[in-house]
Amino acid sequence: MNPLAVEAVGLMAPGLAGWPASQAVLAGQQPYIAEPMPATIATLLPANERRRVTATIKLALQAAQEAMAQAALALDPSPGNGRGELSVRTVFASSGGDSEILDKICVALTQPDRPVSPTHFHQSVHNTPAGYWSIATGCMQPSLSLSAYDGSFAAGLREAAALAWADQARVLLIAYDLPPPFPLAERRQIIAPFAAALLLNPATTANRLALLRLDPGASGQPADRLDDAGLERLRAGNPAARGLPLLCAIARRATRRVILFAGTSATLRVAVEP
Amino acid sequence: MAIKPLAIAACTLTNALGRGLAASLRALREGESGLRPCDFEDAELNTWIGQVAGLDQEPLRGELAPFDCRNNRLARLGLEQDGFGAAVRQARDRYGADRIGVFIGTSTSGIGATEHAYRQRDPITGSLPATFDYQHTHNVFSVADFTRRWLGLTGVAFAISTACSSSAKAFASAWRQMRGGLCDAAVVGGVDSLCLTTLHGFNALGLISARPCRPWDVDRDGLNIGEAAGFALLEWAKPNDDRVLLLGYGESSDAYHMTAAHPEGAGAALAMQEALARAEILPAQVDYINLHGTATPLNDAAEDRAVLRVFGPATPCSSTKGWTGHTLGAAGVTEAVFVALCLEQDLIPGTLNTRRRDPRLGAGVVLENRERPLRLALSNSFGFGGTNCSLLLGRRRR
Repeated sequence: MNPLAVEAVGLMAPGLAGWPASQAVLAGQQPYIAEPMPATIATLLPANERRRVTATIKLALQAAQEAMAQAALALDPSPGNGRGELSVRTVFASSGGDSEILDKICVALTQPDRPVSPTHFHQSVHNTPAGYWSIATGCMQPSLSLSAYDGSFAAGLREAAALAWADQARVLLIAYDLPPPFPLAERRQIIAPFAAALLLNPATTANRLALLRLDPGASGQPADRLDDAGLERLRAGNPAARGLPLLCAIARRATRRVILFAGTSATLRVAVEP
Repeated sequence: MAIKPLAIAACTLTNALGRGLAASLRALREGESGLRPCDFEDAELNTWIGQVAGLDQEPLRGELAPFDCRNNRLARLGLEQDGFGAAVRQARDRYGADRIGVFIGTSTSGIGATEHAYRQRDPITGSLPATFDYQHTHNVFSVADFTRRWLGLTGVAFAISTACSSSAKAFASAWRQMRGGLCDAAVVGGVDSLCLTTLHGFNALGLISARPCRPWDVDRDGLNIGEAAGFALLEWAKPNDDRVLLLGYGESSDAYHMTAAHPEGAGAALAMQEALARAEILPAQVDYINLHGTATPLNDAAEDRAVLRVFGPATPCSSTKGWTGHTLGAAGVTEAVFVALCLEQDLIPGTLNTRRRDPRLGAGVVLENRERPLRLALSNSFGFGGTNCSLLLGRRRR
């Protein structure tokens, strides 16, 4: 299957504050310590917007922003900047979207006169981070937002790869999920926030972190687990973090085959080389 | 070079007009709307809705019982019509269960189940009732997971959730996934059901009308929410294929505002141009445009500018929202299948409920049904977050 270059990675999770600071942990050279995430993220959003948006939107945009910065792709916030400047398409993959907003709406619907906030309603759509991303960058390129429950990372990678090949264009995959608030948290356990972004290029540029080949066939093998107990807990405890074995392989800069969780009894095999 | 076309091997629709393609086609021909005054649950909103009858009475049972919620009941009802399940079974024998992808658009999936659960929280602990199953009802993927299990498919499956362009984009994803060799055929679709979140949410934004919606009318004042399920089985077209074909798709982002369409319809125009470019079709060759046409003052005005920019005023176009209401994440597939029916029937549907075209708008909006030979038609779907998708469908004339 056609290869894809990974040009840059963005990452934000407890103890994984950005790609440069996380590589040694992911490569197994340092232990994983789940330190709190930095408070200021998603600086790409104007300050007034950053106050209005939710933790979900900020987390997704932080990972996206970091990957673009690493690839030295300029983000021009002027509206209507258009396709010429930024030709990067996006795929946003998230199991549940913005549970904080969905909780607020469901609470409002139990109250007299049902005071659903118009802002909460428009932020409730699954493609809200994609909308804010395009507004903040001026990018008019196509964008897809999808969910495949716990298999969302693998589904997003499949769609990002298909999009990159079909359009012969760079695609930024952003996978993110956050713990829902109570009472949803009792029915949907996500143990920590996690967002990762991969900038994929169908041109196998020399200036790359890794080369990926997706195997479209069923692997019939169980998904890879991680050696570090803390990282493995994160992988198993957040749908977006199901992509961690791939990030670890990229950080090791070695040739290896990764098997990602892709849903109940389904996996996605990815060959990774430097 | 034009992209390799996909053929619609089978399709089906269920919406306020009834169950199955025949019900939709009959209502389109007769000019009968599915919109009724809103009596959904205890919404108590002064608006009209496009409701599917019978969903309250028919729970999911057996192996798929955990998926039981309004949205998945609607999905099942849709899958049961027009021999769609049998067509997919035949395709499964040809391609293999793991080689048929499932790409289903939805905006709210089964959030109605969560709305109900929040009304039944434990008064002391605040917990949701024990019967509430988040994964199989509310989660965005639930409807795609249900569809794939109901059809016995095991390949790539995901839900696309880009608000009101969701199920139009399912066609684009299917094309890409097939092109990339990730599957050999695809079930695409869209399912969105009535819920208090969308009814009260659109109401909070001041976008719903107290009357049946009137797209492009000088007095238009908002949309009506509808519910629908629609599915299509897609495979690569054969040489001289006389089925309805997906010839092109175009997607774009407005990069403008979360809820307001770009006033010049810049993103919408881009999506239409991309669809034409992929098919290598000139605007003048297109015989009919099914507009997104929600009937809100600003949305219609923006889409009008976009259509005028790409096509000028001559191309016949119409909005079918007056029949079904705005079925949100299911609108894309609903209207793509309407277009497929119209191509087969050589029918241009009018714009139901609209009496006086807004003189400030210039697109060639048709008010009454017209019979005329059709070969190429475009369907537009736009959504919150500035997401746009246009599908170009066509049929070889015999």
